[in-house]
Formats: sequence, structure tokens, C-alpha cells
Amino acid sequence: MEAQFLMFLALAAVALAASVMVITRRNLVHSALYLIVTFFAVAAIYVLLHAEFLGVVQLLVYAGGIMVLFLFVILLVERPGTGPAGKPMRWHAAASGVLTLLVAAILGAHFLRSGMAPPGGTAVLGASGGNLETVSLALFRNYLLPFEVVSVLLLVALVGAIVLARPRA
Amino acid sequence: MTSVGYLPILIFILIALAFPFIAFFLAWFIRPNRPEAVKLERYECGIESSGEVWGRYSVQYYVIAVLFLIFDVETVFLFPWAVRYDALGLFGLIEMGIFILILVVAYAYAWKKGALEWA
Repeated sequence: MEAQFLMFLALAAVALAASVMVITRRNLVHSALYLIVTFFAVAAIYVLLHAEFLGVVQLLVYAGGIMVLFLFVILLVERPGTGPAGKPMRWHAAASGVLTLLVAAILGAHFLRSGMAPPGGTAVLGASGGNLETVSLALFRNYLLPFEVVSVLLLVALVGAIVLARPRA
Repeated sequence: MTSVGYLPILIFILIALAFPFIAFFLAWFIRPNRPEAVKLERYECGIESSGEVWGRYSVQYYVIAVLFLIFDVETVFLFPWAVRYDALGLFGLIEMGIFILILVVAYAYAWKKGALEWA
């Protein structure tokens, strides 16, 4: 248990440090690369919590798919500083600071109110086999409608991307 | 966390982190250093480079990336279904059939709109 806690602290520190690098780098590509480090650290925390499937999904979708999308968007935008100058960001920093504290307070209150998870790790998952099996049965039996809605959401995302990217006639 | 189970992954991570450092150090150690104007230019597949480093690319790359992402997410859902295929049975098959059918509609739309063609 002690080793697990130390692992969590190390991974959380990596995730936080990489996140700070993401928002402080001037080079967009460097930010994107640090974001990959954050994704990996979060995936490792999922594995630490016995959510192995979620960890794999985190790597597959975020470190794989979302990252490709980010890098392509960086390819599309103009080099920062060449466009018309933006407004000075004086109150932005204060506003985002307040917002961050607010989100942290809400999440903290939520975590304090929801009790600790039962100890025992994968043993709690019971007779269904394991992590992935449990996710599978819950997803395809109890959460049928949300699952089907996901495909509609993906359809909408694709149609939206194509409509936005079409050449202006 | 059963720490023994993830020991191989930890070793892989360490090797992956050490590899570029060792490779760069060895290369720096062995190679001769004779810089000249042409060698110090940006490298662009061997042809003479032209234009700015930060150019803007066709928006079509974005559509391709979104297409990739959507079918990436589809795989994420196919995987747990395939693992419990027996337990989910015909019901699961129909469920997944509807899911894939809607995504095939997305694919057909992309195809019909010419998003896959490179003009």
C-alpha cells in the first residue's frame, strides 16, 4: 500500500510538472510533446488504480488520436506573432486563476464527500473475470443507450469536421 | 498494484528513455565534425528547402485526422465487445451492428463528400 502511494505521488508529480510545461512553452510543438508526457502519467495512474482498460484507452485515444489532431491543428494555424496582435492578457490570468481554484474546490469537495474505494483491488471486481470483462458487461448490458449515442456523436463530429473544412464555393 | 507484473514495462520504459541518450552520445563521440553552409541548412528530404519553416498546410489534413480519431474510438468499443463476445451473444451482436452501421453512414458521407480524395 505504501509503495502504491509513493508511485502515485511520483506519477502525479510527473503529470503536474509536464502540465506546467505545456502551458508555459512558447513553441506549440513543445507544448504538444509535454502533453504526451502528461497523458502517459495519467494512463499510469489509471493502471495503478486497477483501471487497466481505461489506461490503455487513455494511451490509444489521447496519446494516439487526440495528439495527432493537435499536431495537425498546429500545422494549420499561422505562426504565432505573425497575425494581428491580440489584446494584452491582463485580466485573463486573474480570471483563469479564479476559475482553476473554483474547479479545484468543487472536485475536492466531491472527493471528500465520496468515501474511499473498498480495498482489495481486482478482488472486488468479483467473479466476472477482470477489469475489461466488467467494463464490457456494464457497457453492453446496463449502458446500452449511451453506447449507441456515442456512434451518433462520432457521426456528428465527422459531419461537422467535413462541413467546416469544405472549400468556400 | 502487483509491482512484479509491471516490472517488464518499467524496464522497457527505462530502455526507451536511455536509448536516445546513448545513441546521441555514441554518435557525438564517433563522428567527425566538419560543418559547412550546405550541411547546416534545414533538411527537407534532400531537396533544396524553400519557404518558411512554419508554413500553413491544407485543412484536409484535419479531416483525415478526425476520420482517424473516429475509427480509433470505434476500436476502443470493439475491443471490450470482442472480449465478452460469448456472454453478450446475439443481443451484443445486434448492438454492435447498429453501432458500426451508424459509423458506416459516417464513412459513406465522408466518401461521398470527397473528403478522402486528395485534390
